[in-house]
Amino acid sequence: MTLRFNDETFRGDYTFRNSPQAVRRFPFPFDQDSYMYSVNLELHKGGRAGSVFENRFDVDEHYVAEMRDREITLAEDPLRCQSLPHMELAGWDFLELVMTTKAEDYPDLFTLHRDGDRWHWINRPLNIEQRFTFLDATTLPCGPMEYITRQTQGDHALLDQRDGNLWMDAGMITSQADWSLDFDIGMNFFEWHAPVPKAHEMGVFQRALKFLLNLQQGAPVRRLNWTMTVNPRLDTSPENYHKWGPEKRTITPGNVGEKQFLRVELQTLWRLPRSNAIAFPIRCYLCSLEDIVTVPKWGRRLHRVLRDLPEELATYKGFAVNRPMIVDYLAQFDDGAETSPGIFPD
Amino acid sequence: MPRTEFTPSIPSRPVYSGLSSHGSSSALMLAEGEGAEAILDLAAQDAAVMDRAHLIFIPAGTGHGPALRALGAKSYVEVPGFATALDRYRKALADAHMGTRLYVAGSEGMIGQAVAEALAAGLPADAIETEHRGGIARRMQCVHCKGITEGVTTDPFLCAHCGLTLFVRDHYSRRLGAFQGVCVDAETPGDVPAVQEIKP
Ligand code: HEM
Repeated sequence: MTLRFNDETFRGDYTFRNSPQAVRRFPFPFDQDSYMYSVNLELHKGGRAGSVFENRFDVDEHYVAEMRDREITLAEDPLRCQSLPHMELAGWDFLELVMTTKAEDYPDLFTLHRDGDRWHWINRPLNIEQRFTFLDATTLPCGPMEYITRQTQGDHALLDQRDGNLWMDAGMITSQADWSLDFDIGMNFFEWHAPVPKAHEMGVFQRALKFLLNLQQGAPVRRLNWTMTVNPRLDTSPENYHKWGPEKRTITPGNVGEKQFLRVELQTLWRLPRSNAIAFPIRCYLCSLEDIVTVPKWGRRLHRVLRDLPEELATYKGFAVNRPMIVDYLAQFDDGAETSPGIFPD
Repeated sequence: MPRTEFTPSIPSRPVYSGLSSHGSSSALMLAEGEGAEAILDLAAQDAAVMDRAHLIFIPAGTGHGPALRALGAKSYVEVPGFATALDRYRKALADAHMGTRLYVAGSEGMIGQAVAEALAAGLPADAIETEHRGGIARRMQCVHCKGITEGVTTDPFLCAHCGLTLFVRDHYSRRLGAFQGVCVDAETPGDVPAVQEIKP
């Protein structure tokens, strides 16, 4: 598959579009007709050819435009990228992981030459060529985590492991579903998850943390998370909430199919070799309702899931005000037929 | 004023479980306003706790100074506010050795800053004891401009820096020693709910 990168925007005129192939490979997050929080972790060891699970770090048609959007966000707010001093080694670990796997999985796009600690990195889509000394930060234009995450789709958090907990001590967060790295940096697993309803009481976070503390190098895991976003906007940060908030109220029965997006995060977790930290890439995929319903199974199922979702979750995810319009729109595409198990189109 | 009982909240919201004596081990004590009474209670529980204690007091308009001084701490000093206490407090944290206990009592904003400083200085969390006394005003970080507004008692409130009207969240950062404030009329500018007093 040769990739063509879209020239598109995630703000202002919002020219973001999914090609028909991108819609088919969209990671639809519901494997049944209802949804509740669970410890939905599985091994991240590939998946269906062409799917977003196939490669370790999925690169798609939005790559170049997403990196441009990140650059704009960072120029306005450098605090979206922070790393506490003890996290530099984890940054190098992560840089190594991304460079080696991308060069293996996408040899036509990325090349890495290594001669001892003298590395030579070529990123063709972004026109970057960099020679540097591994583990010597003075040989890169910025810190190792910032350097590699300016070239890797998705947000990224690096978690330090100590005292039987995980601590969010570094991150590059420019396309978040309404949480603040600047506020959350330095928190542990239970603290940064504090605002999530129900899941604490259900024991979800206790079990998830226990699992993650034993995560092994070479055996990454993944999960899907989802929310709803008006307009194909990556930067739905609390920092800029007063700027994008009004757009949430522009949904009408006439435009909901086009302006309302299902936002899915493919989250992966990787044990890093030198630092023993965990890398947590949060890869965001956006798909408009009108594109979703081109897959009949997805249209039916999304209608049922959103119609029956507990109010607390709709409120937490921030779409309670628009839910009636969304559900009315989707109802047209639900003929009551049975849906097949699993997330993939029939 | 007795110890404040807060309603149960989300897991990032700190709980202040009260001061209890660890005997005559080396101690750093920081009290503000009504927090003085927590130190007085602590000393009444076990006078030995003062033997090797350095006590810093911010009166905040209260008259507890003489009673605290009379506890006979190894050193006692009064300062007008947390900002003026800071250099002295940092020096004391830097001088602290293994086994030094930190006792902090007073308002939530002061406790938050004092604990954040102590953790940043490398004091282990389990060497720190806190007790909340006095008003329930919150120290708030504006998520938009990052400015801190001290002494917030209403929800919503005006950010002292950027002027946005913010609602008061329970989400709390120990690193910042502050709760999070978020624009309350972001989706419907100008549509601001009635102002209420915050509750414990
Ligand atoms: C270790 C890396 C992880 C990081 C850095 C992380 C971070 C976050 C953050 C920042 C939020 C938003 C909280 C807010 O409202 O402020 C969140 C939400 C959430 N997280 Fe995690 N998380 C991690 C792993 C997990 C895992 C393994 C689970 C597995 C159950 C999980 C389950 C959830 C759930 C259910 C939500 C609520 C999402 C929603 O309803 O939209 N997280 N996470």
